[in-house]
Amino acid sequence: MLEVTDLSVSYGAISALGGISFTIDQGAIVTLIGANGAGKTTTLRTLSGLLPAKAGKISFLGEDITRLPPHRIVARGLGHVPEGRMVFANLTVDENLAMGAYLQKDKARIAANRDYVFGIFPRLKERLTQAAGTLSGGEQQMLAIGRALMGNPRLLMLDEPSLGIAPKLISTIFEKIVEINRDHGTTILLVEQNANLALEISHRAYVLETGRIVMSGASKELRTNPELKAAYLGG
Amino acid sequence: MPRPHLYLLVALLVSGGVSYFSDRIDPYHLDVLIGVGVNIILAVSLNLVNGYTGQFSLGHAGFMSVGAYLSAAVTLFVAPQLLGAGGGTALSQGVVFFFALLAGGLSAAVAGLLVGVPSLRLKGDYLAIVTLGFGEIIRVIFQNFEPLGGALGLNGIPAYTNAFWVLAFGAVTIFTVACLVHSTYGRGFIATKDDEIAAEAVGLNTTLYKIVAFVVGAFFAGIAGGLYGHFKQTISPSGFDFSKSIEIIVMVILGGMGNTVGVILAAILLTLLPEVLRPVAEYRMILYSFLLIVLMLARPQGLFNFHFGRKQAA
Repeated sequence: MLEVTDLSVSYGAISALGGISFTIDQGAIVTLIGANGAGKTTTLRTLSGLLPAKAGKISFLGEDITRLPPHRIVARGLGHVPEGRMVFANLTVDENLAMGAYLQKDKARIAANRDYVFGIFPRLKERLTQAAGTLSGGEQQMLAIGRALMGNPRLLMLDEPSLGIAPKLISTIFEKIVEINRDHGTTILLVEQNANLALEISHRAYVLETGRIVMSGASKELRTNPELKAAYLGG
Repeated sequence: MPRPHLYLLVALLVSGGVSYFSDRIDPYHLDVLIGVGVNIILAVSLNLVNGYTGQFSLGHAGFMSVGAYLSAAVTLFVAPQLLGAGGGTALSQGVVFFFALLAGGLSAAVAGLLVGVPSLRLKGDYLAIVTLGFGEIIRVIFQNFEPLGGALGLNGIPAYTNAFWVLAFGAVTIFTVACLVHSTYGRGFIATKDDEIAAEAVGLNTTLYKIVAFVVGAFFAGIAGGLYGHFKQTISPSGFDFSKSIEIIVMVILGGMGNTVGVILAAILLTLLPEVLRPVAEYRMILYSFLLIVLMLARPQGLFNFHFGRKQAA
């Protein structure tokens, strides 16, 4: 579904990604793990066109999207939940969801997507008229995911959904991610610092280290890999 | 009829009414009223850019000058040929004035597009400096362009501006900005301000939103400039320097960024304040500045920022 070949990105003279390649199969949950500054967020932002690629190719559903602007990439079904509760603080929950459906023209489809989002996150329905900036951290994360779902993504990219959220809510949100994948067939690309959690729910994983992929494989196997255990899993 | 349209109609009728009785209003009060109206147009249109869309522009006076000069050029050089030696009837003058204002607004909008496309890639203080620079460039161009009077400016502009035109265009400005921002499309302005990356990630073309805000803002600044020129009957480049831009920005900040009602009230207050302070003569501007400092300290979120029926974000 998504094929990344030799992707390089740099911020001015500083290289952030030094030629990474990976693929994501339809219907899978794939995770990208690695320490701070490894290039995880950079990868997602480049995939959705927020950052320009220096070299390499990104192909999505058989189409080259490397040089497309973000709104054209979103329109092709690549949804992005940015890092760190990026909701529109001055808009209500309802309006935030409406912005997520910005590129959707079919009214019936938008209504169906809203019901779908409320089915996954009933909490959002209770908070509809509240300004998004007044929600708790966990609720904002739910809203950010719900907003991305309003855009009908075929592939949903989530950037650190556990960041700064109460531990109890983290497991809820991860359960929902599995639910979105299982019940709706949405392919997921998950970026996460909490490697344990990410490996638990994903099918396949790539390990990033200073802009390079240093390890990849089935999540089940990586979880028992001694090298990875020592570096990321705290044991 | 939807409520905003009804308000607009009522406002237009009221401006017609005020204009009808303007003979009975004290000329000084009428002057102040027109000054208030022009400032409301300037502040409400700048609020679309600085307040709702979060792009800090310091070039509003530049766009105002484009509108002032272009509309004055139309009434001074083009209109006499259309209206003939007698100057035409009041109705034909009104029609000419309307199109002169429109020409001023449109040329300011074009200037906004030319300035906006290259500079809106920048953010925050960088954008502020670039727009400040462009505003000054526009002023310097007029200062050195002899056909439009050069440094002396243009004199003898017909006094077409009256209470009706100012109040009517004030109502149209408020109507346009309010409808734009409260539409589904217009939520994109606020989304662009709140979080540009998230806005792009859901598929908004944020660059387009910024340019639309900039161009619409410049259009109404141009209209305000045209009204101002045909009210003062004389314009010169020095009247549109960056201190004029600052004056408008102060109205937007004092009213509360992204709050149209607040900005209107602030525009009224800040136009009336120097008038009310006239008795203290030479201490007037000192007192005015002092009051500004006190107001900002007391209400940093904007003097009139109440957020009716909407919980304010942290």
